[in-house]
Amino acid sequence: MNLHTLTIAQAQDLLAKKEISSVELTRAFLDRIDKYDNTISAFITVDPELALAQAEEADQIIAKGENRPFTGIPVALKDVLCTKGVKTTCASKILENFVPQYDATVVEKFKAQNAVLIGKANMDEFAMGSSTENSAFFPTRNPWNTDHVPGGSSGGSAAAVAARFCAGAVGTDTGGSIRQPASHCGVVGLKPTYGRVSRFGVVAYASSLDQVGPITRDVTDAAMMLNLMGGHDPKDSTSAPEQMSDFTQGIAMFKDKGLAGMTAGIPKEFSSLQGIDPQVSAMFENAQKRLEGLGVTIKEISLPHTNYVVAAYYIIAPCEASANLARFDGVRYGVRDMDSDDLIEMYKKTKSKGFGLEVQRRIIIGTYSLSSGYYDAYYGRASQVRALIMDDFKRAFEECDIILSPVAPTPAFEIGEKVADPLTMYLSDIFTLSCNLAGVPGISVPAGVSSSGLPMGFQMMAPHFDEMSLIRAGYGFEQAVGLGGELPEL
Amino acid sequence: MAHLARLDVDDELKETLAGQLSNILDYIDALKDVDVEGVTPASGAAFMNNVLREDEQKLSPGPDVTLANAPERDQDFYVVPRVVK
Repeated sequence: MNLHTLTIAQAQDLLAKKEISSVELTRAFLDRIDKYDNTISAFITVDPELALAQAEEADQIIAKGENRPFTGIPVALKDVLCTKGVKTTCASKILENFVPQYDATVVEKFKAQNAVLIGKANMDEFAMGSSTENSAFFPTRNPWNTDHVPGGSSGGSAAAVAARFCAGAVGTDTGGSIRQPASHCGVVGLKPTYGRVSRFGVVAYASSLDQVGPITRDVTDAAMMLNLMGGHDPKDSTSAPEQMSDFTQGIAMFKDKGLAGMTAGIPKEFSSLQGIDPQVSAMFENAQKRLEGLGVTIKEISLPHTNYVVAAYYIIAPCEASANLARFDGVRYGVRDMDSDDLIEMYKKTKSKGFGLEVQRRIIIGTYSLSSGYYDAYYGRASQVRALIMDDFKRAFEECDIILSPVAPTPAFEIGEKVADPLTMYLSDIFTLSCNLAGVPGISVPAGVSSSGLPMGFQMMAPHFDEMSLIRAGYGFEQAVGLGGELPEL
Repeated sequence: MAHLARLDVDDELKETLAGQLSNILDYIDALKDVDVEGVTPASGAAFMNNVLREDEQKLSPGPDVTLANAPERDQDFYVVPRVVK
């Protein structure tokens, strides 16, 4: 049996029946990392000894019959989640040697069930980017074609799942950073409702948009991982008090009644957008037909402020980033410039030596947009436009249960293709940003493969706290299209 | 602007950044076309306010944990370069 091909649900079952051990499973993934990660570069940190020690402990717990859903399951974490005693870099030179003294709440939850934390995944520095090329250490390569990017910012997490380096991975999504790399790597990515999953211990990029979520082989695994990760956390004041559900019920709902009675909206504004690859359009039309075949009613809806989404996002996110990243001043943690002899010079040199170009670009845009005299024209106006975008979604969801769109306008682009032109890179986020601005949940499910063999995902969005509909429709779609088990050849 | 952001940007980089940033700001200017008259700004996506918790005593992790990542430390203090000349 090829243990690395198991989904979380399959591995869970075999572990519980004691047909496999967590040590065997962990070894299988570590062997793959050893063999292929020098090509893919999905991980910043892998500690095989620590992972195997966690696996041994998990096996003892399973032997006693005290196992819980994630006991012994090897999972990768985006390197933005604080792990006690294990380096957490955010793919930045400024945190190159940073060792957190505590665990993020999400990490605690995996540890409480004795999951195996197999490694810390590469990302765009401080989660700013759409290709993982902004990592200060190295770019990650797409397992389907290593000349192409895996997407970003959670590119390491998505590539690790696609390459079968782990059973599942945790990512974060501020403007598409879970869904877009999942789409480019042919795996499932779920951005939960804002506030569903605790952000405590997750290094902040744009606090009103950041959300933590699963990247997995299939929709069933995503539902199981959301069950574990979600729920109110008193340590995060934006964590939602809403009750959690067992999201695998969405799968039971599909098995029971298919997708009958569901209405899906297609925003008419998306059809006039420029720069959509014809293969993406064909994939999207095909996906709609599949859903129709499963009993979904397709309906045209309107999100009137679609044309302003990118502009609003690229004000709001940099503003919040410029405030959040002010903490990396070389005083309390991180790298400090030791040659400065006054404080302001030390701040400046520390930041400019420690932060990469994209991070500095966003800090400057944010500082400018928040500065006296420009605040109203930029941040103030963007926040008003955000309110209008939120209102668009509210109205749209009066007419439909889910909203459909592609995830990215093109399949994964080539490494280096867009590095010199940040605006073009920003524009490629058009389909994913509004979900974060409105705070609603969204899922990316594999929906097709381009002529050059690159996966393409399609996106479904649902009203606040209705991840259940995404699981139900996503599972149904996955059963109909059957791409969930595809494996790239490495 | 780099000074306000406490960044040390050299002349070569200044030129690259200036071009890119003016491109981005030109694009962002599209927001001026939106009628926002009377719209209350949305500062976030959470539908809560005044999140309170019980004021309970808890153990502090102590200086060795808190200062574990300090770039420069003297006993229980962070050391920084001179502030006033």
